[in-house]
Amino acid sequence: MGKVIVVTSGKGGVGKTTSTAALGAALAQNGDKVVVVDFDVGLRNLDLVMGAERRVVYDLINVIQGEAKLAQALIRDKRLQSLYLLPASQTRDKDKLTAEGVEKVITALKSAFDWVICDSPAGIERGATLAMRHADAAIVVTNPEVSSVRDSDRIIGLLDSKTVKAEAGERVEKHLLLNRYDPNRAASGDMLNVDDVLEILSIPLLGIIPESPNILRASNIGSPVTLCDASSTTAQAYFNAARRLAGEAVPVTVPGERRSFFEKIFGRKAA
Amino acid sequence: MKILGFFRKRASASAARERLQILLAHERASVSGFDLVAVLREEILAVIAKHVQVDSRHVRVKMERGMPVSTLEVDVEIPFDARARAA
Repeated sequence: MGKVIVVTSGKGGVGKTTSTAALGAALAQNGDKVVVVDFDVGLRNLDLVMGAERRVVYDLINVIQGEAKLAQALIRDKRLQSLYLLPASQTRDKDKLTAEGVEKVITALKSAFDWVICDSPAGIERGATLAMRHADAAIVVTNPEVSSVRDSDRIIGLLDSKTVKAEAGERVEKHLLLNRYDPNRAASGDMLNVDDVLEILSIPLLGIIPESPNILRASNIGSPVTLCDASSTTAQAYFNAARRLAGEAVPVTVPGERRSFFEKIFGRKAA
Repeated sequence: MKILGFFRKRASASAARERLQILLAHERASVSGFDLVAVLREEILAVIAKHVQVDSRHVRVKMERGMPVSTLEVDVEIPFDARARAA
């Protein structure tokens, strides 16, 4: 039985989709069977970030409506044999995403894959609550910025109340993925640092992804950063996060934080 | 100058942290369905309305959610009717 993960945040634009793609590809590179599922009906983008936008025939809504078999809608990644994508519908009505339909699809995916990674839409409406509904674990993607942290706090509240696990009196495992982190700005005091965010949200840290141009480059060419630029610090941060997700104890380091003795004493660069 | 700049820079992240801590403490309390300050506001206004006809345009409610205390300021203009006589 596979593990169902929701990648969520509340706020839009914090990096849910890129993180879903990067983590999915990282896990699949271990040989695990992974499916990434786009829940953003009407505004799908996971297909684009994965570079599969021209191969979408059927989508999640088609499967829920019984117009296509699950196997027909799944798109196998061209680079990684064990990575699959289930796209969202771009044109159909969001209301077609039903609780029963989602449950059926997730149950089927769980029995066929090691990891079912659900890319949640932004917001706290139906799409977002259905994406988290059946999760065993959640990755809360947060930027070190006040509105993102506030929305993450709200999402954590929903994970603790509106999921199947929560309703059964169990807990959804929650992990913080701190994205777009700039260690230099955090060190100079102009950006919330790792400890600030951890103290406020008080959920365990899955990883810190540094702000980096690699991400834009990866989405430009339609390839998860862990595939197209595997040696970059960004990809390494995602690989480590994937290992922690799989239960390995990998110590968390702040990427890019290599300051000289002088800088450590006198703060940032003398500029 | 440099030292001043250094302290000013430090202030923005710590300001963010403090603002978030206060805000989220209140939001967590109110999402669970009970917002004491809001309840008090409603009940105080209801009590006043029981005794005097209050024009809602002349009621000012100010709230300051803080840590460790919040303040609620209710400013009601109670009309004085000079024609009324004691019975």
